[in-house]
Amino acid sequence: MLKMQNIDKIYRTDVVQTHALSSFSLEVREGEFVAIMGPSGSGKTTFLNIAGLLETFDAGTYVLDGKDVSHLNDDQRSRIRNERIGFIFQGFNLIPDLNVYENVDVPLRYRSMKAPERDRRIREALETVGLASRMKHVPAQLSGGQQQRVAIARALAGEPRVLLADEPTGNLDSLMARQVLDLLESINDAGTTIVMVTHDPELARRAHRSVHVLDGQLIDTQAAEIAPFQPESEVEPDAARG
Amino acid sequence: MFIYNLRLAWLSVRRNPILSVLMVGAIAIGIGVSTTTLTVYHLMSGNPIPDKSNQLYAVQLDSRSKEATSTDPPTQLNYRDAMALMHAHRATRQTADYITSLVVHPPRVEQKPFYAVARVALSDFFPMFEVPFQYGSPWEKADDESGAQVAVLSHDLNQKLFGGANSVGKSLQLGDRTFRIVGVLAPWSPTPKFYDLENNHFGDTEDLFIPFGLTVPMQLQSSGNTNCYGSAGDGTFTGFLNSECNWIQFWVELPTQADRDSYMQFLNSYVQEQKRVGRFPRPLDNRLQNVTEWLNFNHVVSDDSRALVALALLFLGVCMLNTIGLILAKFLRRSPEIGLRRALGARRSVLFRQYLVEVGIIGVAGGLGGLLLAWLGLWGVRNLISDGARIAHLDWLMVGAALLLALAASIAAGIYPAWRVIRMAPAAYLKVQ
Repeated sequence: MLKMQNIDKIYRTDVVQTHALSSFSLEVREGEFVAIMGPSGSGKTTFLNIAGLLETFDAGTYVLDGKDVSHLNDDQRSRIRNERIGFIFQGFNLIPDLNVYENVDVPLRYRSMKAPERDRRIREALETVGLASRMKHVPAQLSGGQQQRVAIARALAGEPRVLLADEPTGNLDSLMARQVLDLLESINDAGTTIVMVTHDPELARRAHRSVHVLDGQLIDTQAAEIAPFQPESEVEPDAARG
Repeated sequence: MFIYNLRLAWLSVRRNPILSVLMVGAIAIGIGVSTTTLTVYHLMSGNPIPDKSNQLYAVQLDSRSKEATSTDPPTQLNYRDAMALMHAHRATRQTADYITSLVVHPPRVEQKPFYAVARVALSDFFPMFEVPFQYGSPWEKADDESGAQVAVLSHDLNQKLFGGANSVGKSLQLGDRTFRIVGVLAPWSPTPKFYDLENNHFGDTEDLFIPFGLTVPMQLQSSGNTNCYGSAGDGTFTGFLNSECNWIQFWVELPTQADRDSYMQFLNSYVQEQKRVGRFPRPLDNRLQNVTEWLNFNHVVSDDSRALVALALLFLGVCMLNTIGLILAKFLRRSPEIGLRRALGARRSVLFRQYLVEVGIIGVAGGLGGLLLAWLGLWGVRNLISDGARIAHLDWLMVGAALLLALAASIAAGIYPAWRVIRMAPAAYLKVQ
């Protein structure tokens, strides 16, 4: 689903060059739930930005969903972000003026989709995250957990091939964090590939596999102790996580 | 998508009401000032008779004495020359005319007599200048010189005397003579009043019109400008008519360039002939100026007006620079949202259009505010300047122009801020929203 080989990313200023990623290689298979771990400044977010085509890189190749996306122009990257990638951010990143329905609608608006189809997807996504009754609420009227669920619904509505989550429970208390993680697991169970950046070893344990990044390099890859990844067709999703 | 962008624009305007009001206010002030001056300029410089402005010519003959210092010939003719040209009948249409004052005795006894301004003219005056009639028609050509006591009333005078009813065929006492009304004009007020720039560039249309042929029998005197070159006569009316005093405007209609050339040849021949009897001592300098040339020659639009328009547009530019700063501040505050929309798949061009729609909305609102200010400004002009009412009113053309100007100016002002924000890397703001 996602294959990076020898990716270099260097941030340059007039006086200093920072190697955010060096010879970074990672492959994530379709249907996998992978946790990316590492200390602050290790390059996790840079990886996620490159994986989400939000940033370009200086060297290496990146194949997403079977397509080499290393040298696409800005419009092509926008199109792939819109159609194949879903984002979940630590800070929810909802638009405060728009209500829940309209927030979920945002990525669909950029897809030339007919209104009835958009409406169907928005309602389905909100049903999935359990917020169908809050469509007319604005973000300020929701709890943090609800806001993150709206963000997940927004990502789901586009029916992405891969979900990229950056500390998705970082701003939530433990109860809400568990709910959000349960939701992500069920989404993954339904076949969506998930790559999640997290500091939290407890969360990482719920992924099929966790990888560690340090100083812009992948230092090890290990399967989660309790949930070794197997293709969905070979094992029941719930059984996979025990 | 346009409706969606409109909604987003409205939400954005509501989100920062003070900033939005400042932007709308900056545009409104710029548009208000520029629309006020442009309206005055537009009405001053408009072509009052676009269909025929290249066929109507004001006639100038340089009948002045040698001592005259001005480089240009007089703008009016004396009686002798006017009569000579009139009798030559060399133009398709022609009119000699001037204004005079007459006492009107209203038909209703309860109304008191009053002075009215009359234009003494030839019957061609009406078709030449496309004067619209509400009732009746001009007098007959035969009445031009016969001294027939016929009159055409303006719309306003007919309203005043007859309550707007059809008064054709009725009698009207002018001075000590009784006139028969042959026509009533529909409302008509060419701006500028091109056919008589001697007396008032933007004055009202005369109250009534009577045949030129009444000049001698009624011993009518011009109440407009009179310029004498040499003696003003022996003090008698006949002496005045034979003097070198210029007080008659003379217009001819010449449909083609060949007609114009031919008429100019005729004028030169006439002056050469007069030179032989001791008149026209100066070098030959006869002129035919069409309406546009005539307006320019008479400085209907002053250099001050042009300078004022330039200053107003400069002021609009300053307002728009201010608006650019405000728009930039507003857009930069929304960087996280822009980053988010980019992350969710919005192409730069789509966001660019979204932000231009937003500045367009602000521009239209600023334009409407500007129209209100312009309306107030023109109200001020009307009250400060004589004849302001003629040149200081908003017409639909100016309303449309003001809104278009506001829209264009605001979009121009929004291009740089919109371009700047859509160039930002989307990832930079996603963490901090």
